[in-house]
Amino acid sequence: MLGLSMTITLMLPSFDFRSAESTWVGLDKSLSNGLRIGWSYEDPFVVGASKPLTVILNANPKTGEPYDPPVRAYVYQPGTPFASGVEHPDNLGPTVKKLSLERGKIDQLDRSQGAVFTIEFADVNGQEWAYVVNETATKGWTPQEVLSAAGDANTRYVGRGKTVYITEGCWWCHTLLPEHTQDWQVFGTPPYLGDFNGEMPTAFGSDRKAPDILHVASRNSSREWMMMHFFNPRLVQPNSIMPRFDYLWGKVDANGNPIDFAKWRADYTAYRKGERAYPPEVPEYARNTEIRALIDWVLTSLK
Amino acid sequence: MLLKYLFAKNEDIPAGSSTIFFGYSAIFWFVVGTGLGSFNAAKLAFPDFATGVELFAFGHMRQVHVLAVILGWISMAFAMTMMYMTPALGNTKLWSEKLGLWTAFNWNAGLSLGLILLWCGFTSGREYSDLIWPIDLVVIFGVLVPLGMNVWMTIAQRRTQGIYITNWFFGACIFFLIIVFLVGQSAELFNLTGLTEGYLTFWFAHNVLGLWITPVAAGIAYYTIPKLTGNPLYSHRIGHLHFWSIIAFYSTPASHHLLSAPLPEWLKSFASVEGVLILIPAVAFVANILLTMKGRWSMFVENVEIKFSVTGVLLAIPLNMQGGFQQTRAINWYVHGTGWIVAHAHLALLGMSSFLEIAAVYFGLQQVLRRKLYSLVLANFHFWFVIIGFCIYWISMTIAGLIQGAGKIYEVPYIDVVIAEHPYMIARWIGGTMVFTGNMVWLYNMYMTAREGTIVPKGRYAHEMAYER
Repeated sequence: MLGLSMTITLMLPSFDFRSAESTWVGLDKSLSNGLRIGWSYEDPFVVGASKPLTVILNANPKTGEPYDPPVRAYVYQPGTPFASGVEHPDNLGPTVKKLSLERGKIDQLDRSQGAVFTIEFADVNGQEWAYVVNETATKGWTPQEVLSAAGDANTRYVGRGKTVYITEGCWWCHTLLPEHTQDWQVFGTPPYLGDFNGEMPTAFGSDRKAPDILHVASRNSSREWMMMHFFNPRLVQPNSIMPRFDYLWGKVDANGNPIDFAKWRADYTAYRKGERAYPPEVPEYARNTEIRALIDWVLTSLK
Repeated sequence: MLLKYLFAKNEDIPAGSSTIFFGYSAIFWFVVGTGLGSFNAAKLAFPDFATGVELFAFGHMRQVHVLAVILGWISMAFAMTMMYMTPALGNTKLWSEKLGLWTAFNWNAGLSLGLILLWCGFTSGREYSDLIWPIDLVVIFGVLVPLGMNVWMTIAQRRTQGIYITNWFFGACIFFLIIVFLVGQSAELFNLTGLTEGYLTFWFAHNVLGLWITPVAAGIAYYTIPKLTGNPLYSHRIGHLHFWSIIAFYSTPASHHLLSAPLPEWLKSFASVEGVLILIPAVAFVANILLTMKGRWSMFVENVEIKFSVTGVLLAIPLNMQGGFQQTRAINWYVHGTGWIVAHAHLALLGMSSFLEIAAVYFGLQQVLRRKLYSLVLANFHFWFVIIGFCIYWISMTIAGLIQGAGKIYEVPYIDVVIAEHPYMIARWIGGTMVFTGNMVWLYNMYMTAREGTIVPKGRYAHEMAYER
């Protein structure tokens, strides 16, 4: 009887999951998150080590030919494990796998050299399909030249940011799953079947105590607002019950000056009591902080 | 004290040692788990309470509360009851006290390590499967397999003819749990991704509840109620209807947790239909137990173990009525992801399941220690604090969930839902704190029972003796 129930609930659905074709959203999430988030040999402290970087390219890094609109590229530096769909093309779905292998050359890879990927579209039987392109094999882009062509301003620490989302437990209150009811009118379209291929963990969230954020960057794309909101949500939403995430700033701000959290909190308390006209300024975060990665992920991935 | 037996010969270890180890560990984890629950609830009611420290952030502590209660309190209380009920029902001794002690030791050590790591952010990001996979392997091979070996071998070497329904539940549910862990954690071990991972997460979550936490608790009631009342079980056959219908119907509705995810529609429909069928085992169980109480209802008032047990069985009625229907599409769209579900989860774990285990831990520790409970007053204090605290929690979260549901369908700005829920968040914190307070009193009461409880003479039951305090 247990065998029957496992056949129905595990084996039969696996046929459905296996035939799911990845969408652009699925490819983008998978390529920007890397192989997996959670404990692994490459990331034993679950801090987002060995993750790919997502860069926004305004021009071809080899030829200098300008891109309009800009192109999103996923940079895997040497040693970084490749995304699930690249390591195991079956996870892309049958058609996307075929396109990615034939046109995208995703089988010509060497982890010790790293690689750069982009997502392109092709027309097959009158339908548009997104597929993965290994730009290292097709155009000869190396991770290093793509990173220096983009510069830090156009680099997004998406994989590391998603890791922060997981380890800080944001998903215990925020969901990534607008429901098939009235929900979508406020929170946007529910995800499609192929939006999850290669994602680990999916972390839909089940206990919503806060707005769904699957499309939050479409509603609010202000980095400054995000910064204030993470530092102390009550700065921008006085009735919020979200915890303060000021500890994600680390010890120093963007200019290398130590952040005096005690003074900030004292000033903020004075402001709440009406002893100050304005709340204290939120410090600029330093380049390599968890908060930068988290905001990068929110603004890049949750559109 | 019991640790000295870890390296003793099996024959030299007094019978009941593993029951005692598991019993006190379970109560300890109950105190820890509900304390964390109370702390987390305070953070939801007052967001600036203990703020700005990473380790005290809500997102670091919520999962520690859940797993401390499930794997620490409930599962260890299950193991404790298995250590004394399985041999008693087979008229034999536990297969290996030494293995039992080692299991309890591994369990405490593994769970402490796992929860500390989880607290620090070492998480797999999968609800209920939050522990990183190396710890999952410790749980499977260091805890569940040895526990299963002990129970299965004790059943195998029983000196009775049939196998009583409680042992059917014990033996089968450990086997299920091992399978459920292996399949559920395979996503992390083999890097399964996407909807496969999302589905396996809730396949695990559903089956841990449906094939472990609720059926084993029911199996425990099949022992405690007849034992304490002296009445035979109303019907062993209805007990089997309960057992087999749980396996047939409740091992399949995993995807009713994900009705709004893009899973195959046939799977969701199948799950919903099977989910309604939980009413069959539920009615069988509740009817069987309540009919067993026939003629002994005065014990519901007079006997504290029966008070806990029967309350747990009565709470199974709203639990299964909610559970059967809230997972249909007709109702789920309204309550999904709201506090209603949180209330329901606490009704299952803190209401129905925990009350049955509390009774069995009270009863079993008195039997094995051969000591009468230290104080009836404290036990009644425990009962009333847990039941009132739980009811405050349950009702306030149900109301909060209905507010959230209404906010969801009428497209109320989310912040207004947060404002409307605030009083219920405070009520939830008060309720949870009452449960925590009751449990601290319980721990004290059981500690004093071991030290100063009246000695129960051979051949007598603790509940036949008069209280001295």
